[in-house]
Amino acid sequence: MHCLNCHEIILHQVTWSNLFSPPSDKKICENCFSQLERISLPQCSICARPMDVNGICQDCERWESEESWRGILEKNVAVFNYNETMKGIVARWKYRGDYILIEMFKYELQEVFQLHFSQQDLLLVPIPLSQERMGERGFNQALAIASLIKAPVREVLTRIHGEKQSKKSRKERVNTENPFQLLEQVSKPVLLVDDIYTTGTTLRHAAKLLKEGGAPAVYSFTLVRSG
Amino acid sequence: MNKLFSYFQESFFHDFSWIPSSLERATAPPDPRHEHFSAFLTGKLLLRNEIPLDNESFQQMESSELLATIPAIEKHPWGYKCRRCGNRKRHLFASLPDGAVYCRNCIMMGRVSEKEHLYAYRPDVQWPKHVDACQWNGELTPAQQHAANQILSAIGKDSLRLLVWAVCGAGKTEMLFPGLNLAFAQGKRVCLATPRADVVQELLPRFQSAFPSVEIQALHGTSDDKSGSAPFIIATTHQLLRFGRAFDVMIIDEIDAFPFHKDKSLTYAADRAAKETAARIYLTATPRPKHEREIARKRLPVVFVPRRFHGHPLPVPQFITAFDFRKTLKHRELSPKILNWLKKRVNADRQLLIFVPTIEDAVIVTDILSFYIPSITSVHASDPERSQKIQSFRDKSYETLVTTTILERGVTFPSVDVLVFDSGHHVFDQAALIQIAGRAGRSPDDPDGEVIFFHQGKTEAMVKAVETIWKMNKLGRRM
Repeated sequence: MHCLNCHEIILHQVTWSNLFSPPSDKKICENCFSQLERISLPQCSICARPMDVNGICQDCERWESEESWRGILEKNVAVFNYNETMKGIVARWKYRGDYILIEMFKYELQEVFQLHFSQQDLLLVPIPLSQERMGERGFNQALAIASLIKAPVREVLTRIHGEKQSKKSRKERVNTENPFQLLEQVSKPVLLVDDIYTTGTTLRHAAKLLKEGGAPAVYSFTLVRSG
Repeated sequence: MNKLFSYFQESFFHDFSWIPSSLERATAPPDPRHEHFSAFLTGKLLLRNEIPLDNESFQQMESSELLATIPAIEKHPWGYKCRRCGNRKRHLFASLPDGAVYCRNCIMMGRVSEKEHLYAYRPDVQWPKHVDACQWNGELTPAQQHAANQILSAIGKDSLRLLVWAVCGAGKTEMLFPGLNLAFAQGKRVCLATPRADVVQELLPRFQSAFPSVEIQALHGTSDDKSGSAPFIIATTHQLLRFGRAFDVMIIDEIDAFPFHKDKSLTYAADRAAKETAARIYLTATPRPKHEREIARKRLPVVFVPRRFHGHPLPVPQFITAFDFRKTLKHRELSPKILNWLKKRVNADRQLLIFVPTIEDAVIVTDILSFYIPSITSVHASDPERSQKIQSFRDKSYETLVTTTILERGVTFPSVDVLVFDSGHHVFDQAALIQIAGRAGRSPDDPDGEVIFFHQGKTEAMVKAVETIWKMNKLGRRM
């Protein structure tokens, strides 16, 4: 097995505790993995931003203070911090289109999902891509993450083509019109899946539609929390 | 059976028959931009998004057969092969959700897959002919002249390979001028590929002043103009991954150097970037065993340049044992043998260039030596201030520079003594040691710097390096 990130061969340490267990199919080597940062406490209890003390971060306070956005998104859970190594990996995965890279994070994604959401009967909804972007990239990164998690996935949203989010400032992002459309009603609580949580605008726009469309509660789950 | 044989053959030789031949009578599309545009497109293998055309004119060019569509991934019984980078490793292929296989090896240049193709431009492009373009009026030494003549005749003929085995500091660049002069007079397209971007930047002004009438472009990872549309291209070897059957003359500098001799995709790319009939000139001071074998079997013509341009022999390394080097370093001290040598230095006005095997060693040695030598600094590959430090060493702002093997080649300091600490370490192979020794005595004003290998037991690499230097000096005396 080769590490998906650095292409080196992964050597498994054989110890007494794993001597008889089947070899793990981890796709990232120890060295690359040690360069990643897992999100740890204390963090914002809504958006999972790393903080000095537990509580709610300023951005989330701003969201919650507005009547129309209050309680739209129950909680965001993220797995990794957006450090330099992660930026490199995400750029290669998303923008260069190295689709298979996401499999490196399979175990961590499953573990964090189990920890936070295994009690509830959730429907996974990936954030959609516009048709144009989908044509360029060849895959939807949110769907790629969702399909690694053992839970039912349904693509009930579509997106109208617009500018790339990553090229905009926060103010521009928050004030944009809702880029999504809901295809069908939902009745179960929903877990939105995306690759990055930056300002939370995308996820809240999608959450708002889902709430209007019948979802009792909307959570979100992202690979990284940036900022 | 035939098919089986071709698979067998394929694993030893690169097959580039999939690159379409150029059209005989090119009907050029009536477009004012066309001349520059065809210079940009010709000899390249590009992705759709690298071609600056709207969909309509792109389809028009495709249907009029000006652009050929080339599937980028070959499927074989043994697996896949990427036509852009030559990758055949199974773990460097993966598939997209729709099942299309893509190459992971060259993905940083944009993805090629079974559905994302490469495009090649088919009309033949004529490059401008410059008669007597060479404005350089220096003089070549007899040894350089001899090699220059060989290069000239290799460029004059087609499909010839030539290895130029020139010692460090022989003045390789100048030896190319007569041959290039001929190539530009015949309207040939030339590429000079070199492993490192700093060398590209250093070579560009030298060629520009020698050939002021020829358009020359430098291509490397951070260069501003990446169009690669000039008749003479100086590029890092990685940039060749975008070219196919482009050059009439292919010069590969430092063919034995690190990225080139390790990374198979670069050999593949360099092979493909040259036309089938191209003259291929390889420059090196330290050929790898593979080329030495070819020379011994008389399959690869070779020309020696055993003399430096200033006519003095290469400095021969001396061995000094320092068995306690590692042990004393642990206690943050330097071996007394080394300190002794430093105290008794014969020519103390020279700057001092110290090579150590690893980055950690560089940091520790700098730390210890700063006690004895106040103006000292260290550089290594991941040092952000690398080029500034090298420049200020060149300006003599520092007396001593401690470095890893990154400075083993391509850099010239006029007057230095060279020390190698722990020269038996495996990073110092024969080629590295010869190159390191070649840093000394570069200037005609001070042609014989000292080279000392402090070692903890001789290695074959060290002995062979000294033997090779002796051999070259002997050849040089005979000339």
